[in-house]
Amino acid sequence: MSPDATMIIARGLTKRFEDRVAVAGIDIDVRAGEIFGFLGPNGAGKSSTMRMIGCVSPPSGGTLRILGMDAHREGPAIRARLGVVPQEDQLDWELTVRENLLVYARYFGISRSVARRRADELLEFVQLADRANEKVDALSGGMRRRLTIARALVNEPRIVLLDEPTTGLDPQARHLVWERLFRLKQRGVTLVLTTHYMDEAEQLCDRLVVMDGGSIVAEGSPRELLERYCTREVVELRFGLDAPLAELADKVTDLAERVEVLPDRLLLYVPDGDTTLPALHDRNLTPTSVLVRRGTLEDVFLHLTGRTLVD
Amino acid sequence: MWVSRIATGSGAVLERNYMVHRRGLIAFLSGFCEPVFFLFSLGMGMGALVGHITLPDGRVVEYAVFVAPAMLAVSAMNGAVAECVFNVYSKLKYMKLYDAVLNTPVTPMGIVLGEIAWALLRGGIYGAAFLALMALMGLTPSAWAFLALPGVVLIGWTFAALSMAGTTFIRSWQDYDVVATLSFLMFMFSATFTPLETYPEWVQLLIQATPLYHGVTLLRGLTTGAVSFGLLIHVAYLIAVAVVSLIVTAYRMGRALQR
Ligand SMILES: Nc1ncnc2c1ncn2[C@@H]1O[C@H](COP(=O)(O)OP(=O)(O)OP(=O)(O)O)[C@@H](O)[C@H]1O
Ligand SMILES: [Mg+2]
Repeated sequence: MSPDATMIIARGLTKRFEDRVAVAGIDIDVRAGEIFGFLGPNGAGKSSTMRMIGCVSPPSGGTLRILGMDAHREGPAIRARLGVVPQEDQLDWELTVRENLLVYARYFGISRSVARRRADELLEFVQLADRANEKVDALSGGMRRRLTIARALVNEPRIVLLDEPTTGLDPQARHLVWERLFRLKQRGVTLVLTTHYMDEAEQLCDRLVVMDGGSIVAEGSPRELLERYCTREVVELRFGLDAPLAELADKVTDLAERVEVLPDRLLLYVPDGDTTLPALHDRNLTPTSVLVRRGTLEDVFLHLTGRTLVD
Repeated sequence: MWVSRIATGSGAVLERNYMVHRRGLIAFLSGFCEPVFFLFSLGMGMGALVGHITLPDGRVVEYAVFVAPAMLAVSAMNGAVAECVFNVYSKLKYMKLYDAVLNTPVTPMGIVLGEIAWALLRGGIYGAAFLALMALMGLTPSAWAFLALPGVVLIGWTFAALSMAGTTFIRSWQDYDVVATLSFLMFMFSATFTPLETYPEWVQLLIQATPLYHGVTLLRGLTTGAVSFGLLIHVAYLIAVAVVSLIVTAYRMGRALQR
């Protein structure tokens, strides 16, 4: 396969559970060696999409090809070359950390001696070598997540699917996971991940799609999305309790390219925040706090859907 | 291709169970003790009351000779039910073990066969030990008794497959009462303690529909030496129940997990 081949192609991919449409006909192309992200709030259809790509959930409609094979007909052959980090860890609680890796390797038909070697390498890779002989329930949440990532790598997959790899982890643990994922990318592994953290999407993804209600509402690199749907800077204005935010917004519309009214604050989208501040002062506005920050994917999502990503 | 895939998958599932249980040798051994207690209390105790009993072919044997092969069949059933209902249900619903396994090339049929192979291995070891005990106690008057061991494995296979199929219908722990009741009824009424002919005719028909009856009759024929081609009917019945159950289980498990 050529280096820039398309690893995953979906056209009109749909998932229905009875009457509920979880994924409403999406098109995606994931290229070899990139980190591709699905960004979206709870219930957007991220996990449903990942499970279809992982060949454990049959699509209700559309076509899905992975590594040049048809997802519906060649599930086991595709799964042999995928690594999967599910949203819930699904580790084997009756086994130790190391045994989890050994047994998982055996599910792929990997020989015992190779399994032992890879288990030890992977425990080093996710920094769990000193916990190798403990039961899984003795691990912290972050350690379990790392073990799940190690488990997804035992078959040396071409593509790794990570469903919310860092949800629930503290910042330090998240950075460790991000750093390991970057190393995988450097080795040429294609990574597909879901997240509802905009900073994770910005830091990790080469390209991403923003999902909402089962559909894709935007796609591109984080930079492209920011340029297209956001300004360079954002001024956040907070006023006292019960302040008439909608009226206040009318007073400043001309100062910004766009103004968003949130329950507790106003967001002014501007090219340069520092030139906006004096203008605010001139209009006798007295916010209780003013914050100038750069635009993020959170703002992109707000612009596209009118809602915030994480409440 | 798919055959080797199923073999790899079920082999790995079997290996996983071995890894878990090699640490719990005592629990493993305790599974052997229950039918032995039954043999002593029922065989010896009731044997003293009943004395001798007439086999269908007219021979008169001690009651313990009559009841021991039934206990052997019951132990094969209980072992398989315990393994394939309780353990499989918790792996399916609580540990989410199979969700993880299905992310690999292993298919639902691979999982089902692996779990059953494990139940058989376990049941086979218990069965062999129990059979040896029977021989030592002089409860196996016929040399055909050595065929009772594959017979035990067959019974184990049938009940393992049947109980896994049942497990895919279980919605909560409450449904266990149904499982417990069904296996107790079979234990009581499968020509276990008295010959089939002692029941009214319509009850006989019900009894003949239960797989345990066929298991008991098969083993009893072998250990007492009443061997005829008729025994193959019981073998065929047990195989049929096992195969249908396997297909139902793999289908329902795939549907539940691969939504
Ligand atoms: N097994 C299922 N049966 C019925 N409905 C389901 C099932 N799985 C998902 N859904 C529904 O499909 C929709 C999308 O769910 P999905 O889990 O894909 O969202 P998500 O983007 O992963 O959300 P989250 O961020 O909360 O993980 C939801 O409305 C959910 O209720
Ligand atoms: Mg999800």
